[in-house]
Amino acid sequence: MTTLNDQEFMRYSRHLLIPEVGLEGQLKLKESSALVIGTGGLGSPVALYLAAAGIGRIGLVDYDVVDSSNLQRQIIHSEETLGKLKVDSARARMLGLNPFIQVDAYNEPFTAENAMSIATGYDIIIDGTDNFPTRYLSNDVAVFLGIPNVYGSIYQFDGQASVFDAKNGPCYRCLFPSPPPPHLVPSCAEGGVLGVLPGTIGSIQATEAIKMLLGIGSSLAGRLLLYNALDMSFDYVNLKKNPKCPVCGENPTITELIDYEEFCGVPGHHADELPTEWDISALELKDILANSNPLLLDVREAHERNISNIPGSKNIPFGELASRLSELDTAQEIVIFCRTGNRSLYALEMLLGAGFRKLKNLEGGINAWASDVNPMLPIY
Amino acid sequence: MPIIKIPTPLRPHTEGRRELELEGKTAGEVLDALCALYPVFREHFYEENGELRKFVNIILDESHIKDLQGLDTPLAEGDTLRILASISGG
Ligand SMILES: [Zn+2]
Repeated sequence: MTTLNDQEFMRYSRHLLIPEVGLEGQLKLKESSALVIGTGGLGSPVALYLAAAGIGRIGLVDYDVVDSSNLQRQIIHSEETLGKLKVDSARARMLGLNPFIQVDAYNEPFTAENAMSIATGYDIIIDGTDNFPTRYLSNDVAVFLGIPNVYGSIYQFDGQASVFDAKNGPCYRCLFPSPPPPHLVPSCAEGGVLGVLPGTIGSIQATEAIKMLLGIGSSLAGRLLLYNALDMSFDYVNLKKNPKCPVCGENPTITELIDYEEFCGVPGHHADELPTEWDISALELKDILANSNPLLLDVREAHERNISNIPGSKNIPFGELASRLSELDTAQEIVIFCRTGNRSLYALEMLLGAGFRKLKNLEGGINAWASDVNPMLPIY
Repeated sequence: MPIIKIPTPLRPHTEGRRELELEGKTAGEVLDALCALYPVFREHFYEENGELRKFVNIILDESHIKDLQGLDTPLAEGDTLRILASISGG
């Protein structure tokens, strides 16, 4: 039988005082388990609060290492763990906060191959991933295992959260049957995110997970929360189960895990899986510029040009490209660049579709130019 | 006139505008007016048969228009439509 020791009675005192939790609830939390997918912006507060709350077993899935650009929002990591595995960094911090829990680290990408074996046995999934393929995967795994999936996602100043519990209501696919085309919606790596935003949304996810595990309150199941930090607005959308949902509907067509990257038309884990036949390196571009005069097309946002710039380049932010194609000449050689080479590749695909052929993509973007050609420029 | 709110990820397509007041008596008419103003939305939002693409979610107050009368959902003066963006950041 699960019990609390003297130190745990003291540690969880403020929970034991709440009638809705009490000793019975705290023992429930100790007996429960939660799987956190991703230990980034959302995963940081989720994992910290679940650890502090005394969830008995917490799984962490991530394959990345801690980078200094993470620390603006990923508060579970620190200067001391730069370069270390994220799951190890997070695990050490959680056990430092609460040694009376078990933290299982899975240092691997969450994929269709390993997802069911990792997730089986957990009571709840918390989706803190940063890409569409893994979000559809997390949803489908939760549906197949019959456990709730606590959803959160962020972009710039916008956050969304819900509880997708297909046994009792809609799932992620009921709301979003298919992802948007990759070029329509930029990712945080491309568009940025306010550092504190995942703190708000991740804390809401942790709240919902703890309530679900305790069986108290009314959850966000059947409601999508829309948060905007600039307006400080919280809006809701009522969600209904879609009887035609391909995974949780009456006649599901998806009955086992699929190829999620193909489904979303984007790579989920490694940007280097994108086609490379159009790529040129920063050093190759330097040679080209010494001998010819291609158009340098910067598809970053205008404000990013205050950070670093290549003189003589023309700026058309990616979002405006489709409506400004008339400014470009199919006869001219065009070298497209952005910060790291993702947006520029989507821009290249768009230009290919519009009949342009004399195209190159600066591999690694202006950051590669800064590191290999012009060390005066900052890398961001 | 009804108002349509543009989500952050789509604002690059509306010259940064957060919301627009557009003519229309139904959700479909307001979306048509938006596409007339910014034609890039036409190909993004609609299938060739004129139906909304699956990833496009249009919300009136707190309800999805597919739970109301779809593109034919009537709008009153001052109603606010919202385009719901799928975002994936974490
Ligand atoms: Zn569903």
